[in-house]
Amino acid sequence: MLEITEGSHAVAEAVRLSRPQVISAYPITPQTHIVEALAEFVANGNLDAEYITVENELSALSACIGASAAGSRAYSATTSQGLALMFEVCFNAAGMRLPIIMSIANRALGAPLSIWNDQQDSISLRDSGWLQFYAEDNQEATDLHYIAYRVAEDPSVLLPAFVCFDGFILSHTYEPVDMLTQQDADRYLPKFAPAERLDMADPVSFGMYATPEYYLEFRYEMDQAQKKAKGVIAKAGKEFGSLFGRDYSALIEGYHLDDAETAIIAMGSICGTIKDAVDEMRAEGKKVGLLKIRVFRPFPSEEIATMLSGIKRVAVLDKNISLGAKGATALEIRDALYGSGIPVNGFVLGLGGRDVRKRDIKEIVTLVEKGQGDQFYGLKKELL
Amino acid sequence: MTTTEKTCELFDSGHRACGGCGAALAARLVTTAAGPNTIVVSSTGCMEVFSTPYPETAWKVPWIHSLFENASAIASGIDAAIKKQGRKEKIVIMAGDGATFDIGMICISGAFERGHDFTYICYDNEAYMNTGIQRSGATPYDASTTTSPAGSHSFGNKRPKKDMPAILAAHGAPYVATASIAYPADFKQKVERAINTPGPCYVQVHAPCCTGWGFEGDQTIAIAKLALETGLWTNFEMVDGNVTKVKKVVRKPVEEYLKTQKRFRHLFKPKRQDAEIAAIQAIADRNAEKYGIDIKLKKD
Repeated sequence: MLEITEGSHAVAEAVRLSRPQVISAYPITPQTHIVEALAEFVANGNLDAEYITVENELSALSACIGASAAGSRAYSATTSQGLALMFEVCFNAAGMRLPIIMSIANRALGAPLSIWNDQQDSISLRDSGWLQFYAEDNQEATDLHYIAYRVAEDPSVLLPAFVCFDGFILSHTYEPVDMLTQQDADRYLPKFAPAERLDMADPVSFGMYATPEYYLEFRYEMDQAQKKAKGVIAKAGKEFGSLFGRDYSALIEGYHLDDAETAIIAMGSICGTIKDAVDEMRAEGKKVGLLKIRVFRPFPSEEIATMLSGIKRVAVLDKNISLGAKGATALEIRDALYGSGIPVNGFVLGLGGRDVRKRDIKEIVTLVEKGQGDQFYGLKKELL
Repeated sequence: MTTTEKTCELFDSGHRACGGCGAALAARLVTTAAGPNTIVVSSTGCMEVFSTPYPETAWKVPWIHSLFENASAIASGIDAAIKKQGRKEKIVIMAGDGATFDIGMICISGAFERGHDFTYICYDNEAYMNTGIQRSGATPYDASTTTSPAGSHSFGNKRPKKDMPAILAAHGAPYVATASIAYPADFKQKVERAINTPGPCYVQVHAPCCTGWGFEGDQTIAIAKLALETGLWTNFEMVDGNVTKVKKVVRKPVEEYLKTQKRFRHLFKPKRQDAEIAAIQAIADRNAEKYGIDIKLKKD
């Protein structure tokens, strides 16, 4: 059913319909509307979950670890500084192979303090073992929560997942969203039934320590699980499509790429702006297309290389920067296209909520056509 | 509920603790008292490392370790999960003094304030032993550790122990107790009482560390007893914030305790430090007065 609702509320509704048994929450802008909405659901009897109001984000995710290890579906949401405070816990949750889902309303990291959007927070956890989904709009942000639980809890994956959607740009924007019913959600998402849990009937030890004789294999198995997740996402996304009409089987999506000479590569809400810019450039006769990355971990290197075969040049837009190197996506794309001869031009933009408009996208296309790139885009020279 | 499983050690032999480890003894006493219907949460530290070198585990109850500082938050999540699932296991946290007095303080405060149902056992060996004997907030005054070494300009640790029981009582914990591995029956009784009291309860057990304190492994119990007999450790119970039971002793001078351990050796060699020993005696005297531990002997 189509509802016009705020992004955070749409996400909260998807979480409610996913029937988490334990929610662990700590407020942080711009995520707070999600946990507020979930608290209301619990208070009004619309969600049968234990709701833990923890004292900080480190405990928010830690409580999810305890709940998940005890065999309950667990959920939390955070962003920016909160996610940074969880850094240690993120690696731990993934290492213990606990399929926790966390919504990330992407926001910049301080200093300087910024409450506005970029994707530095989740990108900085790219090596933690979590699956990372990125939403273009609120419909996708909503649907990806069901997909994320399905994939994370799959016995061949068992890894936690971030569902990332841009803070304010999506979290605080009202859009029409097609909501599942509880019956639909239950049909798609079975009850969480882990093979192992903390249970006196069959005592197991979670989170032991490993000597150099064992550690490497643990990390290898996690990497294998990330790789297996590709196939699981494809299956789960396809099934979602066949049930509800929106197919998320692909880790990447092409927009007007078939005959394109220039491909713009991006993640998140900026893809909507890029699509409009592509439409206008196409009308002007420019052979431009978009490659949207929906899943950043596992990274779809082979899929990207296949989709971009024959392209003349690419512009990679990063709302993050690995300071001293490049934007994270640009680095990954260079790896994906290594040996193809396709020039990869990275642009770091939109950090700390700096608006990116259609005309910026067009200007970036002009720059890459001149062979320019690997730069910050939109710097105010007068401030430097 | 607690005495039926005595034939089965739920914290089993074969772990890697030092001979004479007070913490290992504490773990065995806790699991014996708690029984099999228990989920144990460990913080990072000696006990976690010596009891679970993959692929071996000494724990025959469900056990989880996540990080150094977050055992209380892990327990909070387990409490919520088993409540939602309608399960009845008891949750017991086993954490060292570094994990409790220092790095875990925020998580502990949050979990106690929220009132989860668990028992928090702090095995207090008065320093970071797993990383090589560094001082913690539980290290006693003048103890020499690797980060508070005694030297020509220092007598060792400059501060007395933090009063964790009082801090947790101030959170409204319904049951707070201190115990010693030298008195196993008393310790087990306190663990049982904590486990059977709804809400977050705290038991701090004195667990001497032969390696860190510098004594022979066969002296662990004797030294733990001396701590009580000198008034440098007190065993008490607090119910709803009020002290209800105290172990009374005929007190000995503190130097009888201090002399047994290398961490206090600098107070006696190369020369006796009377002022420092007097300062430690004053700490014991204050403890004695605060908790009323002295047994008054009648003359004749």
